[in-house]
Amino acid sequence: MLDMYSGLRALRAGLDAGRTSPGELFAMCRNEIARRDDGVKAFLTLVDDDPETQRRLRGEGPDAGYAGYAADGAAREGEAEFASDGTAPDGRSGSAGALAGIPYALKDNICTAGIVTTCASRILAGYTPPHTATAVRRLAQAGGRLLGKLNMDEFAMGSSTENSARFPTRNPWDLERVPGGSSGGAAAAVAAGMAPYALGSDTGGSIRQPAAYCGVVGLKPTYGRVSRFGLVAFASSLDQIGPLTHSVADAALVLQQIAGHDPRDGTSARVETPDFSRGLTGDISGLRIGVAREYFSEGVDDGVRRKVEEAIALLAKLGARVREVSLPHTRYALSTYYLIAPAEASSNLARYDGVRYGYRAKDADNLVDMYSKTRSEGFGAEVKRRILIGTYALSSGYYDAYYKRAQQVRTLIRRDFDEAFADVDVIVSPTTPTTAFRLGEKVDDPLTMYMNDVCTIPVNLAGLPAISVPCGLDRGLPVGLQFIGRMFDEVTLLGAAYVYERAAGHSPLRPRFAPEVTGHGV
Amino acid sequence: MHLTEQDVAHVARLARLVLTDEEKHTLAGELDRILQHADELAGLDLAGVSPMSHVGGGETVTRPDEPRPSLAPLTALANAPDADEQQFRVPAVLEG
Repeated sequence: MLDMYSGLRALRAGLDAGRTSPGELFAMCRNEIARRDDGVKAFLTLVDDDPETQRRLRGEGPDAGYAGYAADGAAREGEAEFASDGTAPDGRSGSAGALAGIPYALKDNICTAGIVTTCASRILAGYTPPHTATAVRRLAQAGGRLLGKLNMDEFAMGSSTENSARFPTRNPWDLERVPGGSSGGAAAAVAAGMAPYALGSDTGGSIRQPAAYCGVVGLKPTYGRVSRFGLVAFASSLDQIGPLTHSVADAALVLQQIAGHDPRDGTSARVETPDFSRGLTGDISGLRIGVAREYFSEGVDDGVRRKVEEAIALLAKLGARVREVSLPHTRYALSTYYLIAPAEASSNLARYDGVRYGYRAKDADNLVDMYSKTRSEGFGAEVKRRILIGTYALSSGYYDAYYKRAQQVRTLIRRDFDEAFADVDVIVSPTTPTTAFRLGEKVDDPLTMYMNDVCTIPVNLAGLPAISVPCGLDRGLPVGLQFIGRMFDEVTLLGAAYVYERAAGHSPLRPRFAPEVTGHGV
Repeated sequence: MHLTEQDVAHVARLARLVLTDEEKHTLAGELDRILQHADELAGLDLAGVSPMSHVGGGETVTRPDEPRPSLAPLTALANAPDADEQQFRVPAVLEG
């Protein structure tokens, strides 16, 4: 019997065989949302399954002007044009059409024309973008059906989704615990079986950390692999869109659709888009796997450490050659990140001034007063904290000591990886030092909250691809195993993660409330 | 070095944020702890290490200087808190 844990290939096969229909899959998701989301609270906005919405997301709406993709020859070039039913356009690596008729959901910092996009911030309450993110447009053109927009830490700043201006999202495995963040709504929606997959964004771990906490697969592609056009900017040199799914194979399918050069994003890489499913052969004999001591510091829980060590032993048994590597500057990554990301955020968030869109404070005496009141009333505490750190790190007299120094250390962190990848093909580590913590447990202590991302942050600083896959439960809560790959080598990365996933047999992980239903037909 | 409430007030002014006295007090402590943690970078020998400006190739990207469709005026103004005659209206720059 099909449900949202079945996997994208099974859903597509069900559609092909006429055992289900796109409308029925959409209704199944809406049913699960009605059943689960009062408790989980993953969705901020629900979208109806109507042709006009789909058309607008494909870039064919009446406001096609600026979003007017059809008039834009540069965008069309090298980009698949999908038929509206999602049938294969150009044989794009054999997987085009794989997502046709299948529902999905989006983190609320990914712009959708005509559908409210708030970043879970008061300052963007009611904001309806005129444009659609390129990644979403590609899903819409492939025939995907948007279910709605998902909760997150405000402007993607946080590790628990408690920084949402609307409400916290809860972990489907234990509603007293956080789903992680900042893509907490995306991870929770997939984990709870309310959507078969979702797109999130990852700046310092915001896809992988919630994926680990919720027992799903989370992929951060190489920086530049997926267009950031239409992703509301937090830290532009670190942000990347990626999928949250129930399996590595599903992550490969979604990446296939959203990857590729986009002239609308100056940092989008002009590299070939390989067949990401190519590496899912089930064979890793001879693959060289690196284990970095620096990722197993005393901050890593014993339960997590045990699960990850078991996973590494399994990989060795499957034929991988496991060896130790050294990434000596790992310990400086957190400090480096918490200077660079806020510095970029302070610049990016300068645009929220109450003039062109978003919230505007009442009763301002003059223009500057209006800016200040708007921003002070519109931003939450964590966003203000980061704007202030960033402004400080960039301000005259401190720039060299903080921002420039952090950018130099970033070079060293990247160099560590380059040297390690001379000897190994992928590096494995825990995704997070602990399993999901309780709501309220860390919210008053920013520095402790930041420690959640200690294993994921170095990857963003270096621009590398990485994936978190479930590696079992510790005291009833999911543990995440992180694989880190070379720049633009998602094929090897996904291949290694796939072998582990298949041999370990954990995926898809179903929270207690979603027992597997066996039976015939739909 | 310790971050004072005056420092916080100065930075807040640069960032166009107004803080209550209580916020200034709390933030001074929080930001100070974060910056103290960041001071570990001061101990590193970074002579000859260039700052990373871009993780990828770092090439400068340009596009042909050709006119393309842009946002229609009404679409551009659709989200404006206050618009009038195809313009964004704001409070007076000086006294209101």
